[in-house]
Amino acid sequence: MDFQFTEEQIMIQQAARDYAQRELIKDVIERDEKAIFPTHHIKALAELGFMGMLVDPKYDGGGMDTVSYVLAMEEISKIDSSCAVVMSVNNSLVCYGIEKYGSEAQKEKYLRPLARGEKIGAFLLSEPEAGSDATHQRTTAEDKGDHYLLNGTKNWITNAASGSVYIVIAQTYPEKKHKGINALIVDKDTPGISLGPHENKMGMRSSDTHSVMFTDVKVPKENRIGDDGFGFSFAMKTLEGGRIGIASQALGIASGALERSIQYSKERKAFGTEICNHQAIAFKLSDMATRIECARLLCLKSAWMKDNGQPYGIMSAMAKQYASEVAMWVTTEAVQIHGGYGYVREYHVERLMREAKLTQIYEGTSEVQKIVISRYLIKD
Amino acid sequence: MKILVCISNVPDTTTKIRFKDNNSVFDTTGVQWIINPWDELALTRALELKETSGGAIEKVTVATVGLTGAEPTIRKALAIGADDAFRVDSDPVDAYFTAAQLAEVVKKEGYDLVFCGIESSDYNGGAVGGMLSEILGFASISSVSAVNYENGAFTFLREIDGGKETLSGNLPLVAIVQKGIAINPRIPNMRGIMNARSKPLVVIPAASTDNQTQYVNYELPPAKAKCKMVDAENMTELVHLLHTEAKVI
Repeated sequence: MDFQFTEEQIMIQQAARDYAQRELIKDVIERDEKAIFPTHHIKALAELGFMGMLVDPKYDGGGMDTVSYVLAMEEISKIDSSCAVVMSVNNSLVCYGIEKYGSEAQKEKYLRPLARGEKIGAFLLSEPEAGSDATHQRTTAEDKGDHYLLNGTKNWITNAASGSVYIVIAQTYPEKKHKGINALIVDKDTPGISLGPHENKMGMRSSDTHSVMFTDVKVPKENRIGDDGFGFSFAMKTLEGGRIGIASQALGIASGALERSIQYSKERKAFGTEICNHQAIAFKLSDMATRIECARLLCLKSAWMKDNGQPYGIMSAMAKQYASEVAMWVTTEAVQIHGGYGYVREYHVERLMREAKLTQIYEGTSEVQKIVISRYLIKD
Repeated sequence: MKILVCISNVPDTTTKIRFKDNNSVFDTTGVQWIINPWDELALTRALELKETSGGAIEKVTVATVGLTGAEPTIRKALAIGADDAFRVDSDPVDAYFTAAQLAEVVKKEGYDLVFCGIESSDYNGGAVGGMLSEILGFASISSVSAVNYENGAFTFLREIDGGKETLSGNLPLVAIVQKGIAINPRIPNMRGIMNARSKPLVVIPAASTDNQTQYVNYELPPAKAKCKMVDAENMTELVHLLHTEAKVI
């Protein structure tokens, strides 16, 4: 086994860390409080190549491997998960989905600007009554010959307002159930699309989340990804990679909380010594570090399997489920270590705790990941 | 016109410093190496000047004196945007040796402007830039905190006692730069990182030069004394402790 990163992977990790620690940190609290989208940061991250880092350079991407992506996501998420989720959705759902399954024309038209970060993508799967149960899509894409007519509502859509390229999952043949679903690339400025209000979220408040309504939206046939009825399969395959992004985000939230806890516990004194010298705190740090390392190994193994062409869906489900649980536990402990200071904005860990909660919910709840894992274990 | 940026491969500034062999050798175990921060700022400014010179500055080269272990640091410089690199294949044993090796690179390639960081963050000698200009017979300007290029000429800003001065100089010239030369070091982008390996990195043997000094012994600074808090109102106690314990009054 080789746990050594390449020079390029280390440079990407450092580049992400430098940007996060130098720039994202400056306004992360204010953006979170006021729910301001990080427009200038996304532009800067795009210029550095992070918005399309996994895309082949022939489509203007960074051409990096998934291991580099895990390293970058961890570093960005240590400071700002809102930026990380914009990056994750663009990279591992939208760019990946189009690059892997899209037509050459779709790649030319949509993938290039997405990879350059000039456009931001959104992935529209969840519905008011179809979140974890993605097979029951109520949004319809009626076949009208040369186009589809899209009607319905999508919920909890990251990048809904900031994004301009949507991948919409919709039902074309209800009688065929999940085999009648299609994935369509939709320009946001197409007539008939409207947004619900900005969701006032508990965490990751700097990313924009909305519901999106479609009323008789005409989508050209050439915007369908893959064969007729490929949409559900497309969504599931794409989400396998998406889990690596969110798992790495959760990892970053946890390791960011640990770094802050170590620093704080070495400075804060109680009962005549720094609190890191009290076993109650020292053992917390030890447990946090151990669980984080386990999560990191799961993330990296999933990424390595993806990079090496191996089936990675179960590993990425384990990584996403475990890393998000670790993030929630570690950030709660981090707040506890910080005591009263941990409960106020300036010390960051309360924000990390709020951010951690979302990683257990979106892109497949922890419970859904356990369904994926257990079904694999017991299938004949 | 060509610019050379001399870079030093130094331990990350957060490295825990340890010594071995009777405190005569720096222990490099587990050390992460970086571009000397002043050199990184110099490289950033050199690239900015090149990009805004309208083609007048054709190339920015980096050079370092170091063994193969220095190559990741050189490639980082290439990823940031340097066009090519030279590595003089030798341990940089002291400032004179380093300056003499760099001088050979300058003589061979002919640079119009040479940037050196004001010091390296490991040994803080602050001598290479001055020695380099002397060996080459170039003019040098020290403690430069800004460089500009307009109408075909460079100007150099120095902070002096109570103010600032702007200088020009005849090329070729060595500019010894300090903080302020660039706002922040440039972060390499994805394309730069991918292309770094394909850029020329020429390894040249060290020129025969005697080093002038040898390291005999290192000593770590004494551990910080424990801090004793005294009540702000209790002046008597403070004076007593300063007199009897700190023994400074």
